[in-house]
Amino acid sequence: MGNVLPLFVVIPLAGGFLMPLVGRLLKGHKASAALPILVAATLLVLAAALVADDAGRIVYWVGDWTFPIGISLVADGLSKLVLLVVLVISLMALLFSMDYMQDYTRPGLYYALFMLMLAGMNGVVLAGDLFNIFVFVEVAGISSYALVAFGTESDELEASFKYLVLGTIASTFLLVGIAVIYNVTGQLNWDKIAEVIQAGGGLSLPLYVAAAMFLMGFGLKAAMVPFHAWLPDAHPSAPAPISAMLSGVLIKACGVYVLARLVFSVFGADAALGTVLMVLGVLSMVVGVLMAVGQWDFKRLLAYHSISQMGYVVLALGAAAVMKAHGVSDAIVALAAFGGLFHLVNHAIFKSLLFLCSGSVEYATGTRQLKSLGGIGRHMPVTAWCLRIAALSISGVPPLNGFWSKLVIVIALVLGGYYTLAAVTVAVSFMTLLSFAKVQRYILGGKPSPAAAHAREVPAGMCVASVALAVLCFASSLIILPSVRGGLLAPAIDKVILAPPAEGATATVQAPAPADPNVQAHAPDAVDSALRTPHSALEGAAR
Amino acid sequence: MTLAMLPYLLALLVLMVGLYAIVAKRNLIKVIVGLLLLDYGANLILVLTGYRPSGLESGAPVAPILTGGAQGAAEFAARSVDPLPQALILTSIVIGLSVTALVVALAIRLYDKYGTFDTGLMRNLRG
Repeated sequence: MGNVLPLFVVIPLAGGFLMPLVGRLLKGHKASAALPILVAATLLVLAAALVADDAGRIVYWVGDWTFPIGISLVADGLSKLVLLVVLVISLMALLFSMDYMQDYTRPGLYYALFMLMLAGMNGVVLAGDLFNIFVFVEVAGISSYALVAFGTESDELEASFKYLVLGTIASTFLLVGIAVIYNVTGQLNWDKIAEVIQAGGGLSLPLYVAAAMFLMGFGLKAAMVPFHAWLPDAHPSAPAPISAMLSGVLIKACGVYVLARLVFSVFGADAALGTVLMVLGVLSMVVGVLMAVGQWDFKRLLAYHSISQMGYVVLALGAAAVMKAHGVSDAIVALAAFGGLFHLVNHAIFKSLLFLCSGSVEYATGTRQLKSLGGIGRHMPVTAWCLRIAALSISGVPPLNGFWSKLVIVIALVLGGYYTLAAVTVAVSFMTLLSFAKVQRYILGGKPSPAAAHAREVPAGMCVASVALAVLCFASSLIILPSVRGGLLAPAIDKVILAPPAEGATATVQAPAPADPNVQAHAPDAVDSALRTPHSALEGAAR
Repeated sequence: MTLAMLPYLLALLVLMVGLYAIVAKRNLIKVIVGLLLLDYGANLILVLTGYRPSGLESGAPVAPILTGGAQGAAEFAARSVDPLPQALILTSIVIGLSVTALVVALAIRLYDKYGTFDTGLMRNLRG
C-alpha cells in the first residue's frame, strides 16, 4: 500500500496544473467541475482503502532514496484519519461548488486553486519531516489566500491581505523554529528528532524555544485565541464551499494536526507544552463563543464558532499530553485524546455543513445578515432541515455526533480531575446552543422577510452535498461504538498518542505480525477499558 | 556573547525591523516591505545555522571544482558549510517569491478599489 502515498499529493497537483487549461477548453461551470470531483472521489477511495488496510504505519521513501538523503511520506493512524476527513469534506465542497460557483467567473482558476489547496493539505498530513510540512503548509496557505480573495470585492481583498500577512508571520516563526531544531538535533525527520530528544532525556532550553516558535506558528494557522484575528475576516469572505474547506479542514490539517503530531510524536508529551495547549484551548473556547453570540452576520458567527470548537479539540489534546506526562493511567489519556480527535472529525462535518447551508441561504436570498432573513424554512425545506441538524449537532444535542464527542471530552476532564474545566466546557456548549437558537429563530422562523419571500430551493448538486453531510452528522455518532472506533480512531490513539515517540518509529521497521489474530481482535483498546470500568479509572485519577 | 553570535543578532534585527514595519506602518507597500524583511531575516537565520567557523581555521578556503580525488573530497566535506540549510532556504526563497507576487497583486487590486495605499482609510484593515 505504500506506493499510493505519493498519489495523494501528485494527483491533485497535476489536476491543479491542468485545470486552467481544461477550464478554458470546456465551456460552462458544471463541465469543468468534473475533473476535480473525479480527483477527489478517486483519492477518497484510496484513503478509505488505506484506512481499511490495517498495515499499521506505512513509510514511503520518495525515489527509493532512504535516510539520510531521502524524503519520506508517512501514514500512521493519525494521518490516515485526517486524510480521510480532508477528502470527504473536499468532495462535498466540490459537489456544492458545481452549482454555487456559477455566480463567479473563471471556474478553471477556482478549481485549480482548490486542487492546489488539497495537494497542500494532503502533503502536510503525509509529510515525514519538518521542512516538508513547512512547504506544504505554504502551498495550502498561498492557494487559500488567493481563494479568500476570489470574489475580488474590497472586503474579500482586505480579508485576504490580513490573512496573508498573518500567515506569513506564522510561517516565519515556523522557519525559525525549524532552524533551531536543526541546529540542536541535526535532524529534520520526525522520528530522528524524537530519537535525539529521547536520548537527550527530554527538552532543553533551545528546544523549548523551538517549541514556542511552533506553538505560535501553528497556533496562528489554527487560529487559537491570542492569534485568531484573521479568521473572522478570512473565513466569511471566501466563497461558501471554500469557507467550508477553511473552517472544516484547513485549520485542522495545517494547525491542530501538526500541533498534535509535534507534541505527541516529536516532543514526547511534555507537561509544559500540554499546559500551554490547554490554556490556548480554554481561551479559544470561551472567547470564541462570547464573540459569536453577538454576531449578526451568519458566516461571521460561524467563523467565531470555529475558533470556539477548535478550542475543545486543543483542550482535550493538551489535557491528554499533561496527563500522559504526569503518568496518569493510559485509559484516561486515551479517553481525552479520543474525545479530541472525535470532536475534530465531528467539527469538520458539522461546520462544513453549516457553511454550505449559509452558502445555500445566501444563494437563494442574496444576503447573510440574520436580521434581514427569516421564514426560509417554508421555501427551502431541504436546506432548512440540514441547517437544523447541523445547528443541533454543534450545540451538542443528543443523538447527534457533537453530543458524543463533547460528552467524552467532559468525562475525560472529570476523570483527570479538571472539574472546573469540565464545567467550563459544559457552559460553553450551552452558550453555543443559545447562539444557534438565535440563528434558527432568525433564519428559519418568523414571517418571510422581503429577501426571503422569493427564495426557492437551491439546485440539486448543492442539496446533495448538504444532505450527505447531514447524514454523516448522524452516522459519525457511530464512532462511539467500539467496533467502528477500532477501525478509525484506535490506531491513531494507541500508536501515536500513547506510544513513546521513538518506539513508534522503530516499531515500523520490524512491523511485528501478531502471532494469533484472535488475540489482537479481542484485546480491548485503551478507550474501551476507560469507558467500561469508570470506577477503577476514577480511583486511578484520585490517586 | 561572542563574536560568533553577531550574525545571528543582526539577522534577528532584520526580522524585528520587518515585524515592526508590519505592525506599525499604515502604508500597504511599507507593510509588504516589512513582510520581505521578515522573510529575509528567517532565511538568514536558517542559512547561518549551516556555517562552520572551524572550516576556515584549518587553512585557506577550498572551492569546488574539487581536484584532489577522494582525499580532496573528504577534506572538502570536513571543512565545507552544511549544504542542507542552503537547499532549504532555496525552497523558502521560492515560496517567499510567490507570496510576494500574490500580496503585490492584492495591493494593486486594493489600490484600484480605494485609490490609496493607506490602511487607515480601508474598512477592515486597521491595525
